[in-house]
Amino acid sequence: MKAKVVRNITWIISVLLALIWLYPFVIVLINSLKTKSDLFSNPLALSRPTFGNYTEAFLSLNYVQSFFNSTLITVTSVLLITLLASMTAYALARTHGKISSIIYYLCAATMLIPFQSIMIPLISLFGRIDFLNRISLILMNTGLALSLSIILYYGAFLGVPASIDEAAMIDGANTVKAFFSVILPSVSPMTGTVVILNAMKIWNDYLLPSLVINKDGMYTIPLRMYFFFGENNSNWQLALAGLVLAIIPIIILFILLQKQIMQSATEGAIK
Amino acid sequence: MFQKKYYYWLFVLPSLVLISVIILIPFLIGIFYSFTNSNGITASWVGLKNYFLLFSDANFLQSCWLTFLFSLLSVAGINVIALSFALLVTRRDNRFTKFLRTIFFIPNLIGGILLGFIWQFIFIQIFGALGSQLHLSFFNGWLSTPESGLWGLVILFWWQMSGYIMLIYVAFLNAIPRSTIESAKLDGANEGQIFWWIKLPQLAPAFTISLFLTLANSFKLYEQNLALTNGGPFRSTEMIAMNIYNTAFVNYQQGYAQAAGILLFIFVALVSFAQLYFSRKGERQNES
Repeated sequence: MKAKVVRNITWIISVLLALIWLYPFVIVLINSLKTKSDLFSNPLALSRPTFGNYTEAFLSLNYVQSFFNSTLITVTSVLLITLLASMTAYALARTHGKISSIIYYLCAATMLIPFQSIMIPLISLFGRIDFLNRISLILMNTGLALSLSIILYYGAFLGVPASIDEAAMIDGANTVKAFFSVILPSVSPMTGTVVILNAMKIWNDYLLPSLVINKDGMYTIPLRMYFFFGENNSNWQLALAGLVLAIIPIIILFILLQKQIMQSATEGAIK
Repeated sequence: MFQKKYYYWLFVLPSLVLISVIILIPFLIGIFYSFTNSNGITASWVGLKNYFLLFSDANFLQSCWLTFLFSLLSVAGINVIALSFALLVTRRDNRFTKFLRTIFFIPNLIGGILLGFIWQFIFIQIFGALGSQLHLSFFNGWLSTPESGLWGLVILFWWQMSGYIMLIYVAFLNAIPRSTIESAKLDGANEGQIFWWIKLPQLAPAFTISLFLTLANSFKLYEQNLALTNGGPFRSTEMIAMNIYNTAFVNYQQGYAQAAGILLFIFVALVSFAQLYFSRKGERQNES
């Protein structure tokens, strides 16, 4: 009897907490579907939904272009990170020389440096050679993400027995071919983690793109959203519709890859 | 695999070059910058002057104090909420608790700029409406005073981080063998005793990880700060990362801002070494 009461109470608490946690999203969604006057007369109430805000926000966010820019930058950066980090980590995991351990500790040490401690010289260095554009943004994303990704991959490669390397080599493949056809696929769960962690970070990033990208047509979603929100600070219904449009791609991705994303988040923190 | 030096460098060199160009070289230049009065165009050597000035700069000291307060409130709140959530969602292993984990984790997916705007709407419009309907002055004027601005940021950060830290606690809670808990129950231990004597000691490493993860994220907080309060009113909610940004890119005192950046690095490095020390110590205690 007592156990049942306890169970019911925990159930009620859980549901309440879940509702509180989702409330910010719900209230944003509800108000993004209102007219300006409905929103201002009472943002707490429900009203007949109108989708006009979405068409307007979609157009003035330049949504298709911003989405394309975000995707281009995220995908290229993540590809480069995965490629370079896995190769380097593998070379470090399979050699025991002094150089390898110096490089490994160098990676660990650079992880201590907060972005704010390098952003001023980084931007002025690239600005001086007139190289602030999407390519340099991709290179910066990669450089900043490599250390953590190398260390994550390093741990995974230590778990791959050396006999697999030898078997791959006996088949007559050279090091590069053996790596890509046999060894890298054997750590694909870690590749998943590295891809997800970096993709989320790069997709959501605002600070670095705001410093590097200065051409309107190259804005990513967070950059565009920042300016859009500022322009519409008295048109909440529009600003909120834009906000929902900016959140949608992340939520869709999360619904598709829920388990992997939550697993990667835990792994990235614990290792 | 790497008998030929050629292959070794083919695998290692590209990463090494990028890390050097993007992190190491700027970092070294940054140390040099911090000893100059660079404004982005011209610079001359001023020695340690920037560092001395920082310690008497009211804005900078205010930012440090605010960052400290923010970190304290965040660490305490996030860890309490996250541990409670973790205990709640590990009581049973079924669809409902898995669904709860997902719900609590969702805010963590969203970038700082978007989070800041969501909460700007809630604090200004929703709180305003609640205040006038319920006639409670508690809800009025959020984000318009230094205190409510700080609490606004703290609440946002609790919402963002708790579900993420929860996952870390869940991972460690799930690692406790079921048989240990079952046998404690057979010996007559109640829920409270099981939590205090069995679960809590096993959570020590999770606590260290969560503590320093929350701290590190608090020190570097920028985007939420920008989108929620933009440092206002009157720079009163400007945390350290935003202080560095504004000094460098709004006031163009780049050498001076860089000195603050180097201090931030020293601080983050000290905290990270403390973490390493405590987690090593914890491991040794577990072994003995």
